[in-house]
Amino acid sequence: MDILLQDFVLRALAAGLGVAAVAGPLGCLVVWRRMAYFGDTMAHAALLGVALGLLAGVPLPLGVLAVGAVVALMMAALMAQGRWGSDTLLGIFSHTALALGLVALGLMAEVRVDLLGYLFGDILAVTPARLGWIYAGGGAVLAVLLLLWRPLVAATVAPDLAQAEGVPVAALRVVFMLLIAVVVAVAMQIVGVLLITALLIIPAAAARGLARGPEAMALLAALLGAVAVAAGIAASALLDTPTGPSIVVAAGALFVLGLAAPPLRDVLLRRD
Amino acid sequence: MNAALIEASGLGWRRGGREILADVDLRVEAGRILTIVGPNGAGKTTLLRLLMGLQKPTAGRVRRVPGLTVGYVPQSFSVDPIMPLPVWRLMGLTRPAARDAIAAALAEVGAEALIDADVGTLSGGEQRRVLLARAILRRPRVLFLDEPTQGVDFAGEIALYRLIAALRERLDCAVVMVSHDLHVVMAATDQVICLDGRVCCAGRPEAVREDPNYRRLFGRAAADVALYHHDHPHTHGPEGAACPLPPFGGAAGER
Repeated sequence: MDILLQDFVLRALAAGLGVAAVAGPLGCLVVWRRMAYFGDTMAHAALLGVALGLLAGVPLPLGVLAVGAVVALMMAALMAQGRWGSDTLLGIFSHTALALGLVALGLMAEVRVDLLGYLFGDILAVTPARLGWIYAGGGAVLAVLLLLWRPLVAATVAPDLAQAEGVPVAALRVVFMLLIAVVVAVAMQIVGVLLITALLIIPAAAARGLARGPEAMALLAALLGAVAVAAGIAASALLDTPTGPSIVVAAGALFVLGLAAPPLRDVLLRRD
Repeated sequence: MNAALIEASGLGWRRGGREILADVDLRVEAGRILTIVGPNGAGKTTLLRLLMGLQKPTAGRVRRVPGLTVGYVPQSFSVDPIMPLPVWRLMGLTRPAARDAIAAALAEVGAEALIDADVGTLSGGEQRRVLLARAILRRPRVLFLDEPTQGVDFAGEIALYRLIAALRERLDCAVVMVSHDLHVVMAATDQVICLDGRVCCAGRPEAVREDPNYRRLFGRAAADVALYHHDHPHTHGPEGAACPLPPFGGAAGER
């Protein structure tokens, strides 16, 4: 059990908990808006961000964030035109960005890149500097979410009604996309490009059965995400399994448990 | 004449070369109920959206009093099952509200028992009432109602229109509503705009009811309404001056 108290394990835990705290509430907005594929697209674009970041010699989260922001803005503009279905646009951007990223990494012969590390994450190798990125980025996202939560929820539940009553719906959509770009940039090292969406979607979905209101669901999603991170890291350390995938498996297990939760909730949280 | 809260002039909207709405002039005044009637595809909802600023007009303009608070009851409203949303939270959707105020607004529409219910479990009539309560909780100066009685039975319909009229009195707000049920709405409104891509006639309900354009547009239904109000003296008020013929043929009718 001593392995659980090693520095690198504690750092991994700190990183994972930081990401889970943000991914929970943001993930709720993603599932409410039915934009799970958008998270995937941002994640795939992240690989291109890594390649360009290495080329430009900037910190990788910055490169990922920049590419993510450009892709998010381009998609928002094309979606607003309404000429293509959003699933078509997401498919185009997602795969083009992923392919571009792979091509760019392949062209950089002089840089040896640990592709698997980016695809599946390397949470145990989180450095203190990277931890700083996670908490700075995650803190910024949480602050924006707290500030704009009510209008974001209103624009999600009933966009027309919200706009009629003065909520800037179109601007909020862009803000929301940029928030996802930030979370992808900071979460990439935790579970990798291929599994980021899982951290957004699964804790939120697992929280649904337990929650009676949007705020409760957001808090619960953060909590369940944190549990999944802790359980995944512990399992990975004890069973010597890959850490990122272990976290996602733990989240999936929580979702299954959550299916059984509504009856339990009715007993525990009865309102008088 | 009251000051106009919203004033539209020469309002039009076209999409893909098709004219949906043209040449609409109207005023929304405090304390008055304005009802937009017309057949399917007449541009009723489009007009409402233009007045609320949800769409930009392709012709003409909408002037609104700055800082105007509006309340909106949309025609269709559904909550995705992945979203847990109790009624009290829906009430504070765009602006936070204290539970007391929420309970009071719900009581006004006779829905106080629903405060903790999940929005997804409401019946059509309950949902209409809750949405109406949500809109009035904002103390709006203009209340926009798109088919406020959708999914409500006939008795509930009459009750709902009474409620709207009472709210208008108490809040002294303007009400703009879209409706296609002629029977009840004609009795509960100050002004009617009959729409068929253009304003085919407008004025006080008793005047519009007698207008040949209105009768042509609605055919038998219009006659039924006249029958329904058969005890009404058949005079044309000055506001009910007949309006020009629509440029294109209305619905089937005598020529």
